[in-house]
Amino acid sequence: MKKGLVESIYLVSGMPHILLASEKSKGWDSLKSSYAQIEEEIARSDADLILYFSTQWMSVLGYMFQGDPAPEWEHVDPNWYDFGSMKYQFRVDCDFATKYAQEVHRLGHNTKVVNYKGFPIDTGTIVVQKLLNPRNEKLAGMVSCNIYAEKVEVTSVGRAALRALETSGKRAIVVLVSNLSNRFEITEIDPRLDKISSLKDDEWNRKILELLAEGRLEDVSQTAREFSRQANADMGFRGIWWLSGLCGQTNSFSGRVFDYQPVWGTGAALVGLYPTHPILPLPEDEDVDSEEGSQAALVSEMVDSRHVQVNESLMMDPHSSKAPEPVGAYPHARRYGNLLFLSGVGPRKRGTKEIPGVQMDEFGNVREYDVVAQTHSVIDNVKVILEEAGSSLDKILDVQIFLADMKRDFPLFNRVYGERLGSYGATRTTVEVGALPTPIAVEFKVIAQP
Amino acid sequence: MKKGKIVAGVLAPHPPHLVYGENPEQNEPKSDGGWEALRWAYERCRRSVLSEAPDVLLVHSPHWQTIVGHHVLGLERFQGLSVDPIFPHLFRYHYDLRVDVELSQMIAEEGAHQGLTMKVMKNPNFRIDYGSITSLHLMNPAWNIPVVCISSNNSPYYFSNEVGQEQMIRLGQATKRAIERSGKRCVLLASNSLSHRHFTSEPDLPEDMSHEHIYHHGQYLWDMKVLELMREGRCQELLDILPEFIDMSAAEVKAGSLAWMLSALDVPTYPAEIHGYGTVIGTGNAVVEWKTQPGGAL
Repeated sequence: MKKGLVESIYLVSGMPHILLASEKSKGWDSLKSSYAQIEEEIARSDADLILYFSTQWMSVLGYMFQGDPAPEWEHVDPNWYDFGSMKYQFRVDCDFATKYAQEVHRLGHNTKVVNYKGFPIDTGTIVVQKLLNPRNEKLAGMVSCNIYAEKVEVTSVGRAALRALETSGKRAIVVLVSNLSNRFEITEIDPRLDKISSLKDDEWNRKILELLAEGRLEDVSQTAREFSRQANADMGFRGIWWLSGLCGQTNSFSGRVFDYQPVWGTGAALVGLYPTHPILPLPEDEDVDSEEGSQAALVSEMVDSRHVQVNESLMMDPHSSKAPEPVGAYPHARRYGNLLFLSGVGPRKRGTKEIPGVQMDEFGNVREYDVVAQTHSVIDNVKVILEEAGSSLDKILDVQIFLADMKRDFPLFNRVYGERLGSYGATRTTVEVGALPTPIAVEFKVIAQP
Repeated sequence: MKKGKIVAGVLAPHPPHLVYGENPEQNEPKSDGGWEALRWAYERCRRSVLSEAPDVLLVHSPHWQTIVGHHVLGLERFQGLSVDPIFPHLFRYHYDLRVDVELSQMIAEEGAHQGLTMKVMKNPNFRIDYGSITSLHLMNPAWNIPVVCISSNNSPYYFSNEVGQEQMIRLGQATKRAIERSGKRCVLLASNSLSHRHFTSEPDLPEDMSHEHIYHHGQYLWDMKVLELMREGRCQELLDILPEFIDMSAAEVKAGSLAWMLSALDVPTYPAEIHGYGTVIGTGNAVVEWKTQPGGAL
C-alpha cells in the first residue's frame, strides 16, 4: 500500500496516575503495561514525528503551537502533586510547528508559536510523551485545544495538519490525549476500589470503544456531541473532531482497544487506529461539515439497545453491598442494553439469616410471620440494589410477585405495595407458589431501567 | 492570645495585563503601559489595605484548580518562574514568596471540621499559578508579607452553581475561624474578575487601549448591578444572585473566590469602597475593598 502521511493513530489518557502511581491500582497498572505495547509499536515505526493534541492544553485566543526546540522543566500537577514531580526535556519539531501554525492561520484563526523558557506544557502531554517516547527518539509536535471551537473549526484545524505534513515532507504518528467520560470522583478514594463514576458513563464509553474497535473513527466523531451530553466526555470530546479531520473523516481503519480502565472515576482508554487506505490531504474547499443526515441515525443506533451489539464480557453485573447475600451462584442484578434485571429478592437482611417479622419455634419451624414487615423489607432490598446499580424505585418497569399463601397474605401485601410502589405505574403479576427457597412469604422479581 | 481578625477583604482580579502594564522588574515582558484605570485603582486599594499593617495576605485563585477538595500551600517558601499559559507574551514573572504555613494548616483543619475535603500541598517543585501571583503582586509588590494561597475547587459546581456556592460559604466560615485562632490580622483577596466573556483576539500591541471595551452591553449591566449591591452593603442579596450572574455573564466568580470572601467577612451589610472598574480584553474587572468596622468582621 502506498504510504500516507499518517502511519498510525492513538487515543490515549493523559492521567498522571498511570505514569506516577501505577502501583496503587490494578487498573492504573494495567494501563501502564498497555502503554508499553504502544511504545513498542511506535519504536518500530519510521514516522518522523509524533503529533499531540491534548485536551489539557487549553487555549482561548485561537491555537498555540509548541515552538521551543528543547523545552525542559520539572512539572507538578496542580491537583495530583502527591504523586511526585515530572522532570522532562523534550525534542520538538519547530519546523513543523511553524508550518502547521501557518496553515491554521490561513484558515483565519489566531495562532501563536510559543517559545518561552518555562512555558507550561500540560500534564497530559507530558505523561503521554514520557510513556510513548521516553528516550525522545522521535520529534514531537504539540497543538493546543481551543475550548471555544466547534466541530467545523476543529475538524478544519485537524485537516490543516495534513497539509503541514505534506509541505514539510514528513510522516507522523498522531496522538489524541483525551479521556472518554471525564466525571471525576471529587473526594479521596481508595485507588484499589477505583471505578467509572457512573454506570451510564461506563456504558457510553463501551459503546464508543466498540465503534473504535471497528475502526469507525468518523462515526465516533459524528456522535461526539451526544456522547458528551450523556457521559460528560473530556472537553466535549472535541479532540475526536481534530483527529477525524486529520485522518480524512473516514471509517477506513482497523482498530484495537488496548485497554480501558477507570482513573479516579474517569474513563481512561488506550486505542490504536491503523489506516487501511493512505491518508492524504483533502482539497481545502471540500466540505468539512459532513454530518448532515448521518448523525441522527448514528445516535439512534447508539441509544437504541436493539441495535447495540453489547460485548457481554464488557458488561458489569452489579453486586449490591447492602442487599442480602444471594443464596446461590447469581448476581443481585444484571444489566443488558437499557434494561436492568434483578434476581429474585426476598426480605432477609444482609449479614443475617433472620427474616423480618418471622418467629421460629425451637425446632426451626415458622411459628408466626408478618407479611407486612416482609413486604416492606423486600421493597427496601429492591431499593438498595437498584440504587447501587444507578437506578431507583421509580424506574421499575415490571414486577413479578411470588406469595407463599395468596389467600392469607394478598390483602396485606397489596396494601403495602400500593403505599410504596403504586404511584410508579409498573406492570405487575402476582402468583402463589408452593414454596420459596427459604422460609419467606414473599419474593419480588423486578425489571427496571438502569 | 489575642483573637485574630480580618482587617479587610478585597475583590482583587488577576488579569496579567495589569502586571504587564506596570513593568515591574520581576516580569520579563515590557510594555508602554495600559489599563491605568485598574492599575490606579489597585494603587488606592493597596494604600488603604497596607495602612492596616496586616500580618498575612490570603488569596483564593481560580487558576489553581483542584478536583479533589480545597488545597492550601504547606511549605514556607516558593520561588520560581510563572508563565501565563494563555498570555505568555505578557506574563513571565519571577516570584519569591513566603507562606504562613501555620495559618494554612489551621484553615485545612477548620475546613475538615466543616466536612470539606482539605489538602496541604507540600511538593517543593510546585509552581504558583499566575492568578495568585498577579493579585498578590498588585496588592503588595514588595512581597514582604507572608501569604496563604487557597486553591479553587470547581468540582462542587459540577452539580450546580448553588451547590458550589454553598461549599464556598463553608470554606469562608472555616477560614474565618482559623484566622480567629491564629491571632493574626489578615487581608482576604478574592482573585476574580466579574463578567468574563472576552474577545478571542488581541491587537498587535496588547496595550493599545483603543481596542479595550466591554465585550457586551448586557455584561456591563450585570457588572453594574453587582457593583451597586456592593456599594450599598447588600451582600446577602449579592450572594443570592451570584448563581444567575454566573450563568448570564460567564462570571469568573464561579471559581468561588467572591463567595468565600463574603462568607468569611460575615456577609457585609456595610458599603464597600469601589476603587475602580475597567475592562481587560472585554472582561469586567473591579477593585473593591471591604474595610471591616472597628472590631472587624470577627
